[in-house]
Amino acid sequence: MKKIFLSLAALGLTTLAVSAQTAAPAAIVPVVDAGDTAWMIVACALVLLMTIPGLALFYGGLVRRKNVLNVLMQCIILMAVISVEWVAIGYSMSFGSIKGALAPYIGGFDWAFLNGISASDLSPYFISHSQATADGGTIGTIPHFVFIMFQCMFAVITPGLILGAFAERIKFKGFLVFSLLWAIIIYNPIAHWVWSGDGWLFKMGALDFAGGTVVHINAGIAAIVMALLLGKRRDYQGHAIPPHNIPHVFIGASLLWFGWFGFNAGSGLAADGLAGNAFLVTHIAAATAALVWALLDWFHGKKPTIVGVCTGAVAGLVAITPAAGFVDVTGALIIGLVVSLICFFMVAIVKPKLGYDDSLDAFGVHGIGGIIGAMLTGVLATPAVQAAYSGAAFGNWHQLGVQGIATLTTLVYSGVGTFLLFKLVEKTIGIRATVKEESLGLDESQHGETAYTAFD
Amino acid sequence: MKKIEAIIRKSKFEDVKKALYDVDIDWFSYWDITGLGKSTEDQVVRGQIFQSNYIQRRMLSIVVRDINLEKTVNAIMTAARTGEPGDGKVFVYDIEETYRIRNGEKGPEALYNKDDK
Repeated sequence: MKKIFLSLAALGLTTLAVSAQTAAPAAIVPVVDAGDTAWMIVACALVLLMTIPGLALFYGGLVRRKNVLNVLMQCIILMAVISVEWVAIGYSMSFGSIKGALAPYIGGFDWAFLNGISASDLSPYFISHSQATADGGTIGTIPHFVFIMFQCMFAVITPGLILGAFAERIKFKGFLVFSLLWAIIIYNPIAHWVWSGDGWLFKMGALDFAGGTVVHINAGIAAIVMALLLGKRRDYQGHAIPPHNIPHVFIGASLLWFGWFGFNAGSGLAADGLAGNAFLVTHIAAATAALVWALLDWFHGKKPTIVGVCTGAVAGLVAITPAAGFVDVTGALIIGLVVSLICFFMVAIVKPKLGYDDSLDAFGVHGIGGIIGAMLTGVLATPAVQAAYSGAAFGNWHQLGVQGIATLTTLVYSGVGTFLLFKLVEKTIGIRATVKEESLGLDESQHGETAYTAFD
Repeated sequence: MKKIEAIIRKSKFEDVKKALYDVDIDWFSYWDITGLGKSTEDQVVRGQIFQSNYIQRRMLSIVVRDINLEKTVNAIMTAARTGEPGDGKVFVYDIEETYRIRNGEKGPEALYNKDDK
């Protein structure tokens, strides 16, 4: 995703030259576009819905009954904690600017607590809709606060995706500290690299419309590192444990599908044709992936399962995320088909063979799906959608190479960073649940609550 | 008085219920039960196929007078049988005493309504 940021501090103020013979040009006053803003506020709410209760129910239904509240709690507490972190330092670190050698890697703290940003300010970030400013620059059409809020929802859901890997065996305190540190040290810099105008991956031309790299690959690799470091659940026997509440999985997946329209179609930061494109391809990729997964499930396991269809839809949504503003419907069909083929194979065959316990396939679906999406963006990006961008299928092999670099650096930074953070939290406050806590269930041991009371 | 506990296939419940009604046994409790057993079956969860030895069955609990014991057990045995392993079991317990809560009656008289057959 290209977000073009102009630092108004870096541009000197220029005065409009006024010729004595001609009348002074009318002063340019950028205004808020009501249509763009209304859509973006709704998009932001849709992305919130993806975390609570979309992801919460999707994951919550997949775990055992004794651990469901723990999953719901993790999602809602992240909404609380990361939102505060976002306005405190997160937004500034991700989308701010600093001077000096570190500028391509981090955004600094100038905008800590949104210092210097007011309600009437417009967003300096834009994609397809922009307008001129009085001093010859360009600015977006939505309030800055709305952009900040939209990005906040992305920052919240990313650590939420990781929890799928360590569900059912993590202490709440360790989870909280780990997730907060991860958001600050891993998410914020990567968001800066890919989405800030100063970011080095952005400058290299990496394409990530709505977060394939920043959200899914990032969370996916962190997930598998966590799964490997935490170790298997004590009663894991090499195969998935039956979900305790499949209706919840269905509701969660449906809410994710619904909310993803905000996630992808909102990433254009405008209510226009580009948003329409993102909206269409998001849906088609999800539908294709769901269908293909259902067929694979049917063929492989003799019966099509609803958990399979839901997982397939989510995989399709993950893979289309980086591509939504760059591919057309043909690209969406291809992406949906490929992601289901590969992720199904990964989840049903490779994971049991390798024996690691990624409880809810956070790596298998989000990590692998994100990588597939990011790489296919480099192939299928078509100038028919945004003229400036094309992929290998249109002769631009360089784009594929750039996508590869973005993918690899994210994998390495997030993987190594997660490893170090895990070790830090484990040594200081402990992160793995004890034998007793795990057998009793995290709902009771961590929260003292029971999900479904048998009586009253 | 005897208590009959029967573990039967879930798919056979309607047949057993009808057979019991046909012999005028129409008052009993039942619930779903999960057991562990020797037989395993293929279970597919999220694409992964594995052998599961968790067995889902239904349990019936019927308290009858001694004169009705044989016909009740026969009804269950006939209706629940498929001939395949896993058809289930019937256990018979002795009941020491029975009380009707409404009026304090005890003994076998508490197990039926004198106005019925």
